[in-house]
Amino acid sequence: MSVVGERLQPTLFERSRPGRGGDKIPHPPKDALDRLPAAARRKTAPALPEINEPEVVRHYVNLSQLNYAIDTGFYPLGSCTMKFNPKLNEWAARLPGFASLHPLAPDEVAQGTLQLLWELEGILAEISGMKAVTLQPAAGAQGELCGILMIRAYHRSRGDTERDEVLVPDSSHGTNPATATMAGFRTITIPSAADGGVDVDAFRAALGPRTAAVMITNPSTLGLFERRIGDLLDAVHEAGALAYMDGANLNAILGRFKPGEAGFDVMHFNVHKTFSTPHGGGGPGAGPVGVGDKLLPFLPSPRVLKAADGSFRLERPHERPSSIGRLRSFVGNTGVLVRAYAYLRAHGGSGLRQVSDDAVLAANYLKHRVGTAYEIPYDRPCKHEFVASAAAIKRKTGVRTLDIAKRLIDHGFHPPTIYFPLIVEEGMLIEPTETESVETLDAFADALIAIAAEAETDPDTIRSAPHTSPVRRLDEALAARHPNLRWRGMVGVETPCPD
Amino acid sequence: MPYGPHAAGDRERMLEVLGIPDVEALFDDIPEALRASRLDLPEPQPELELAARLQALAARNRTDLASFLGAGVYRHWTPPAVDQLLLRGEWYTAYTPYQPEISQGTLQSIYEYESLIGELMDLDVVSASHYDGAAATAEAALMTCRATRRERVLVSRAVHPHYRQTVAAYFGGGLEVEEIPLVSDGESAGTTDLAALERLLADSERPVAGVLAGQPNFFGLLEPMAEIGRLAHAAGALFVAVVEPVSLAVLAPPGSYGADIAAGEGQPLGIAPQYGGPYLGLLASTDALVRQIPGRLVGMTTDVDGRRAFVMTLRAREQDIRRDKAASNICTNQALLALAASIYVATLGPHGLRDVAALGAVRAAELEHALAAVGAPRLHPGPYLNEFAVRVPGARQVHRRLLDRGVLAGLALADIEPDDETLADALLVCATEVTTSDEIAAFAAALDDILAGRPPVGVEAGAGAERPTAGAVSGR
Amino acid sequence: MVPTDLRYTKDHEWIRLDGDEATVGITEYAAGQLGDIVFVELPDAGRKLGQHATFGVVESVKAVSDLFAPVSGEVLATNDALTGSPELVNGEPYGGGWMIRIRLEDPGQTDDLLDAAAYDALIAEG
Repeated sequence: MSVVGERLQPTLFERSRPGRGGDKIPHPPKDALDRLPAAARRKTAPALPEINEPEVVRHYVNLSQLNYAIDTGFYPLGSCTMKFNPKLNEWAARLPGFASLHPLAPDEVAQGTLQLLWELEGILAEISGMKAVTLQPAAGAQGELCGILMIRAYHRSRGDTERDEVLVPDSSHGTNPATATMAGFRTITIPSAADGGVDVDAFRAALGPRTAAVMITNPSTLGLFERRIGDLLDAVHEAGALAYMDGANLNAILGRFKPGEAGFDVMHFNVHKTFSTPHGGGGPGAGPVGVGDKLLPFLPSPRVLKAADGSFRLERPHERPSSIGRLRSFVGNTGVLVRAYAYLRAHGGSGLRQVSDDAVLAANYLKHRVGTAYEIPYDRPCKHEFVASAAAIKRKTGVRTLDIAKRLIDHGFHPPTIYFPLIVEEGMLIEPTETESVETLDAFADALIAIAAEAETDPDTIRSAPHTSPVRRLDEALAARHPNLRWRGMVGVETPCPD
Repeated sequence: MPYGPHAAGDRERMLEVLGIPDVEALFDDIPEALRASRLDLPEPQPELELAARLQALAARNRTDLASFLGAGVYRHWTPPAVDQLLLRGEWYTAYTPYQPEISQGTLQSIYEYESLIGELMDLDVVSASHYDGAAATAEAALMTCRATRRERVLVSRAVHPHYRQTVAAYFGGGLEVEEIPLVSDGESAGTTDLAALERLLADSERPVAGVLAGQPNFFGLLEPMAEIGRLAHAAGALFVAVVEPVSLAVLAPPGSYGADIAAGEGQPLGIAPQYGGPYLGLLASTDALVRQIPGRLVGMTTDVDGRRAFVMTLRAREQDIRRDKAASNICTNQALLALAASIYVATLGPHGLRDVAALGAVRAAELEHALAAVGAPRLHPGPYLNEFAVRVPGARQVHRRLLDRGVLAGLALADIEPDDETLADALLVCATEVTTSDEIAAFAAALDDILAGRPPVGVEAGAGAERPTAGAVSGR
Repeated sequence: MVPTDLRYTKDHEWIRLDGDEATVGITEYAAGQLGDIVFVELPDAGRKLGQHATFGVVESVKAVSDLFAPVSGEVLATNDALTGSPELVNGEPYGGGWMIRIRLEDPGQTDDLLDAAAYDALIAEG
């Protein structure tokens, strides 16, 4: 295989040597497993690496240095809300009282956690204007599935079995149609209007007795508030369908717009976006779902309930037969929810409103600065994020958004979201969040403007960027054509270690 | 605002550049009729007070019990190195590695995770993880339908109840899921009924896409996995094994007995119980099914300078590209938990992992004998690794009384399977390498007292005997 | 200019007619739009396709596209070389990157196809 770069690390398997490591667990007697039938036992030990703890630590410390993170620098990823991950929350989630609690422990030994979950549901219900909240879904996408399955159960409960379509705007996140398909629905995609918002007339034409639901992101994936949302919600309900709100962009509207009050029947939250729980390199997250009266009977089970004596308990099996059941084991990603709770209590109502005010101010400021060198397709006040386009730069110099993104790495920034939403050519979706200083915003804008200028004088340097990262552009075609998804060096023979 | 960055004058500076007096103009486009009423939430709390509140909440949970509770989530000793490494901001505050040039840490760690789990499972392809064992099992079931283009799946009744319920919820869209009954008595009681399975597979009008069984199963028993696999394949169905990763250090792995797909819960690999999650959904398959496997995959490649590097690959399967044709809507994986599991496995090594499994087996045997000696024999006779069910009349009440005496006596099976009469008087108990002989002795002694009607030390006698009438329980 | 001996669809497939049989693939333009092709999913021989029906999928690193049958017919053969070398679709879109060979069900359907000039005009519009 190819040469390992100077800061890159060998794999765990290349660090392994027979006899290294161990001494963590006492040795059991030799006959410990004799009572198991031979047919059920493993014939050969798994070829897992043997490494001592100091080497394991060096491995993971050095690998971590190859990662960019929020704790490293600015992450203007549109639709991801990369705000600071508070350290208090890590401390809270690790309190032994929370961390060591088994999910099937009896209610009476889990009163602290049950109270926290119950309070969290109430806080989320208040933020969203919804009647009730489930904390069960493990991620936003699972929250979407939960919402759509509840909508399906609702229609069926009313004998309305013809509704097999879900409508989404063409700017929707890919999870929306994927969710609809998983739940057995067909997705109808409705083109957006010229101003980037939903085309209510086009929706009206598509709404009918076969529509189960529409799925709307508000503010939209372009970072724009849906001004016509009232009309759209009326049309949806007139057609007998329900309205689902994808809450990914909630960071823009805390304290300003409550989806449940406005007429949405159901929405999901992404606590790893709006409520600061860490992304962890791709997960975990959590996707609580809020509902109005229509869908309340169908919430997944078990719900967290408060008894008359003030104690808390989980719903018992069969206590609520109309429930859609469960989408995962146990009650939810409680460890993540503890972090979200801490974040929400730290901010309170006034703090959350300030979060949105600052997020929207930062995005508009950045849009203004970036707009001096890039096209802004929708030139009106944005919410917490905005889209810029490099289409003109591409026509003039051949430099594409992908190249600009890679060149930003050389400036010390994580690139913004690129080529999403799909309806903008050479698009960049930029979301600063409320936890970035003006200096950082200016530095980022300066970098983007410098790259736009560099495109005219030295496009090749941009097209071959990044130059300063631990690895440079990767051969993704090779990775997909000839997938190597698993290390196979270990068959009892030592693999030479590069270092 | 606790983490706000603005110094005095910063907001004003930005407003001035925008030419507006305040942020209200930026929210003008929200129709008046739809603007929110106030946010009625508690006042913000400074960190000192919030910390005290969180500590008080945590203290309301009881953590002092001798626990014999498993049922899908297991206590193990996690070397502190795992959590200390996980606390590095470069790991937990990083995003999904869409920009591979600056995410090689995450990408290599996922590749290594795929390799470690692949080795444990003896299967070719491992996804970068799913939400939990239940979701992974549901995704595995869906995979069998996609791959065979059939619409019916059979799940053993001895697969974890939460997993079966999750499969049922995922399958509401026109696909069919049916339970395979269990053997009710004899040597194989509590395991999947092979004759019944064969009958279910024989319906040519409704061909089966996949057969799912657990190893060990929910009752801790070892199943005849190779035979189940043979029956499935003979009917043209795929075979899914639902497994527990620590046990794979000593039990035959899914790849060795013909499983096409394996799913399971990775929590036992260094992840704290946390009252339900976040956990780690394991999903692996043979190479033939690589294009059907949902979720992220990380593979090896090179960069333009020839350096070895890692990248997310086969991405065209995922929701952001396939949209309504995607195999799954999954967006996150459990990257941080996969990292925890990898560090745990790397720190323990193959011998350490084997010792964890084997020590658990030793303690479990000790537990079995101690409980049988006080009148709580096993419910099923077959072999088990470290978890089993015992017969205790009035199990729910006994469980409560044991709690009062500081013992969390596993799970009263009636709580999770209320409709199953045969489980009404049973406790599901387990032992691991952290269970001590003292704890086992205390459990047995407390149970002995309860069954004999003896009150706890310091309490009045006459609390009522729970011991059943003569004839119902033997060996006392 | 695209090869003049082929006919085209607005979904960017080409078809080489040969009596009552034909070979089908995707155009250079389509391959260029997709980028490096990494995988092609093709139907089994014997499968009957309706006109405009989806007969497979072509996958690149960052995109995926359905393949639509230009005319109805029965699949006689598929290009096995694409399994190990999907890049043939990029390198030799009209030659080694062919995808399926079919027997036409209704020769009249060929009237619906675009000729080279019409297809060139289509892609010029962008």
